[in-house]
Amino acid sequence: MTKTSSVDTAKTTAVEKESRNATKAMLVEFWYYFSQNKGAVLGLALFVLLVSVAIFAPLVAPHHPDMQFRDALLSPPFWEAGGSLTYPLGTDAVGRDILSRLIFGARFSLFIGVVVVTIALVGGIVIGLVAGYVGGAVDTFIMRIMDIILSFPSLLLALVLVAILGPGLMNAMIAIAIVLQPHFVRLTRAAVMAEVNRDYVVAARVAGAGHFRLMFKTILPNCLAPLIVQATLSFSNAILDAAALGFLGMGAQPPTPEWGTMLAEAREFILSAWWVVTFPGVAILVTVLAINLVGDGLRDALDPKLKRS
Amino acid sequence: MFRFLIGRLGLLIPTFFGVTLVAFSFIRLLPGDPLDLLAGERGIDPERKAQLMAQMGFDQPLWHQYFDYLIDIFHGDLGISFASKKPVLTEFLTLFPATVELALCAIILAVCLGIPAGIFAAVKRGSVTDQAIMGTALVGYSMPIFWWGLLLIILFSGILQWTPVSGRIGILYYFPQGTGFMLIDSLMSGQKGAFTSAVSHLVLPSIVLATIPLAVIARQTRSAMLEVLGEDYVRTARAKGLSPFRVVGLHALRNALIPVVTTIGLQVGVLLAGAILTETIFSWPGIGKWLVDSISRRDYFVVQGGLLLIAGIIMLVNLIVDLLYGLINPRIRHN
Repeated sequence: MTKTSSVDTAKTTAVEKESRNATKAMLVEFWYYFSQNKGAVLGLALFVLLVSVAIFAPLVAPHHPDMQFRDALLSPPFWEAGGSLTYPLGTDAVGRDILSRLIFGARFSLFIGVVVVTIALVGGIVIGLVAGYVGGAVDTFIMRIMDIILSFPSLLLALVLVAILGPGLMNAMIAIAIVLQPHFVRLTRAAVMAEVNRDYVVAARVAGAGHFRLMFKTILPNCLAPLIVQATLSFSNAILDAAALGFLGMGAQPPTPEWGTMLAEAREFILSAWWVVTFPGVAILVTVLAINLVGDGLRDALDPKLKRS
Repeated sequence: MFRFLIGRLGLLIPTFFGVTLVAFSFIRLLPGDPLDLLAGERGIDPERKAQLMAQMGFDQPLWHQYFDYLIDIFHGDLGISFASKKPVLTEFLTLFPATVELALCAIILAVCLGIPAGIFAAVKRGSVTDQAIMGTALVGYSMPIFWWGLLLIILFSGILQWTPVSGRIGILYYFPQGTGFMLIDSLMSGQKGAFTSAVSHLVLPSIVLATIPLAVIARQTRSAMLEVLGEDYVRTARAKGLSPFRVVGLHALRNALIPVVTTIGLQVGVLLAGAILTETIFSWPGIGKWLVDSISRRDYFVVQGGLLLIAGIIMLVNLIVDLLYGLINPRIRHN
């Protein structure tokens, strides 16, 4: 008895080692293809920089984001006449340092991206797995609901959901997650339907795996590639949509240093103080661009069709 | 083809009822009941409220209210706007041409620039030109368009003073709105300078609204072209000595355009969502601004009607694109 179990253990460790090596080889291969794309590497570097700035915001920012310097209202950036290095990117209408607000704003944007993608991804995967695996009436029902959500322009639906839930950052994130979710459902379902009749799934089923194990442990890991790419795209969409909601007054509320909300507050100064309007937009654009660059790189690296060519 | 059409319509009907259900639930999900919202902070006498609730059917069971709502929809009755006291449908139809005019200009701009840019990038694959075009497209794709609009206003309206900041036409001009399309109406009015004024109002909003579709179309055209350029029949066309222009422009482009057409169709939703932001920035009197204003002034019947009409339009356009796709590509039809 003890003998068999020790043989079993030895076998298991060998299998584990093998599988770890395979994972490692996969990652090496992935990095090879990803690093071929210079834009993607640049995007990744920018993204890492943004994340570090967001994490160490209190250390990096020259001032507190809500601190009002009443003797320096609408002070221009340092290179313009009248600007000073105390406020490198100038101050807004109530004398808050724009650079510090942008640095703290990075926390909000990245937080929005993470929360929205997590809700949309987890929800989308579960619903999509059920639809693709169970099929039949359940599948039809789920997909019709997704069609309904997709019949509305995403921003309009998000606006309406916020009108129901009440304006605010949390509600804006929930609304955007609901709007982005159908894409994950569709992708997961399509991938599951392609996998569900493959030999390895049938083998696992014959070996006695339960539905739950089949769905989440056998099939799901083989459907992840398109989902990862979609998650990256949704991350940037979430940041853009949240900024748009903030801009329309339905997202984060002032004085939160969220970039879209900052733009909304700055609108009346577009013709008198360009820096108040310009920098928050640059921050949004650079962040979204970095994430999209990474997304393009991921798609190239994970798509087997492109690899062959 | 007929079976294909019926199949597609069959898919559309449950979705349509789902959309009506969403629009119906919207008002009932709002915190507080509709009459309290209507009365505002002044409040309302309970007796009068009960009377009004009965008059508007809010005291009926939910399924009955939904049924009544459906009947109203099919009679073209989408309720009355609190703010203007006009029927929602009438308001929508007055403002819709402004949005269509803007969206059409934007999509024409996006197609006319995006397809050639995509083709050019694909033909010159890997070159500096390709990288420049695709880099620009990615920047466009990542653009927060509400900020882009503000930047253009700062540059062209503020510093250069070339274009007006907002509206559809200068206040000096007045003429009847025959078609609702400012470009056509101003041209027909015969007033000197009216057409130029209309064009100068339209330029910046069109550019802003076109930005994302333009980037998407350029990217899609490039990847579709790359796929097609690797096919055997393109090699054959090259081998038999056709000019590169003919090979790319005729043989390759025709097949590459199929997925691009779908992409263009899918941009309708993007355009309508973009219109919400673009119209707000440029005070463009279309349905996007109307809806944002209605949401902020809590004119909820307008929002309800707008939701339904916009979803209806998107569904209709998707259906048309699907049918066109089926016409171009028989394989889809028979699947």
